[in-house]
Amino acid sequence: MSHHMLLAGPAAETTRVLAYWVLAVISVTSALGMILARRAVHCAMMLALVMLSLAVMYVELGAPFLAFVQVIVYTGAVLMLFLFVLMIVGITAADSIIETIRGQRLWAALGGIALLVLLSLVIGHAAIGPSPPATAKFGNGNLNALAQLLFTKYVFPFELTSALLITAALGAMVLAHRERTGPKPTQRELAARRIASGRPTPLPGPGTYAQHNAVDMPALLPDGTQSSLSVSPVLSGPTPDVSDYPEGLPEGSSEAEPARLASPAGSAGSADSGGQEAGDQW
Amino acid sequence: MVSPAHFIALSVILFVIGAVGVLVRRNAIVVFMCVELMLNAANLAFVAFARMHNGLDGQLIAFFVMVVAAAEVVVGLAILTSIFRARRSASVDDANLMKY
Repeated sequence: MSHHMLLAGPAAETTRVLAYWVLAVISVTSALGMILARRAVHCAMMLALVMLSLAVMYVELGAPFLAFVQVIVYTGAVLMLFLFVLMIVGITAADSIIETIRGQRLWAALGGIALLVLLSLVIGHAAIGPSPPATAKFGNGNLNALAQLLFTKYVFPFELTSALLITAALGAMVLAHRERTGPKPTQRELAARRIASGRPTPLPGPGTYAQHNAVDMPALLPDGTQSSLSVSPVLSGPTPDVSDYPEGLPEGSSEAEPARLASPAGSAGSADSGGQEAGDQW
Repeated sequence: MVSPAHFIALSVILFVIGAVGVLVRRNAIVVFMCVELMLNAANLAFVAFARMHNGLDGQLIAFFVMVVAAAEVVVGLAILTSIFRARRSASVDDANLMKY
């Protein structure tokens, strides 16, 4: 990471300016795309793009360690966690475009503009000078200098973060834990339920007799028609929505019923907006 | 010439976009992502200021922000998962049990 020493002269300066503008345009565009995209997965991908451009900017600003932490922790861990939760909650998650609070978007836009003006005025009044020439601690010595600071001046906050991380791990385990309310179904009961469901066999695999073996290619039945059962409802349509699943998600739907019955406020809350709207919330 | 002011300006823009997203979006996961965007924007400002003041304290604070954000995401997403399990919805409008 000795690019500050290696790159010098007008050519390096031009490269730096060019890199800044390219990254700035990419990050602002994808941030805007993130708040405008309807599907939550698209939002996550846009956020990944913003985070990766910020990582490159950290290198530019003489923070190679933070650039790597940004890629590993944010893009690697945090965003993967987001994607895992999206897979649990439903990949078809898309925001409804119906405003529940009247004028919410207008007021949000006005508030955003006000915040932008406020922050721009603050920064415009501050004297932000040019950055001083980079020393070794913004290049090769970055890691050593950071470690020295972390374990001397900031050692107490550092220890506090360990307590925070343990608390967070415990909290996540407690919150994600589910008590089994009924007895565990035996294999005999599962088999009986399967026979009673009318389809004792597993669903057909996708694309078995089709030209491709991609998961979104439907399998062909012996008479040449396409089997809609062979493709996951998540992949089957261009805009699949949750109304494909009357119970929310296919698996665990039998466990959802007591929870839904136990929450009268939820049904009262969605009753005024109609039954179809409840499916469109996503 | 790319001065720290450029990076601060970019961080302001990203922060405002994140704030508008928090106000506008109703899917709780997307709201979370917008909060992450705001934290990232703040980190960019910290790193730019560290470069401007020729010290590493800003970078270290950005590092702490990343740690706290990771912890926040873990707990927040666990809460979301348990809400979704009980209510079959991740819309912020549906979690209104405390209102009544």
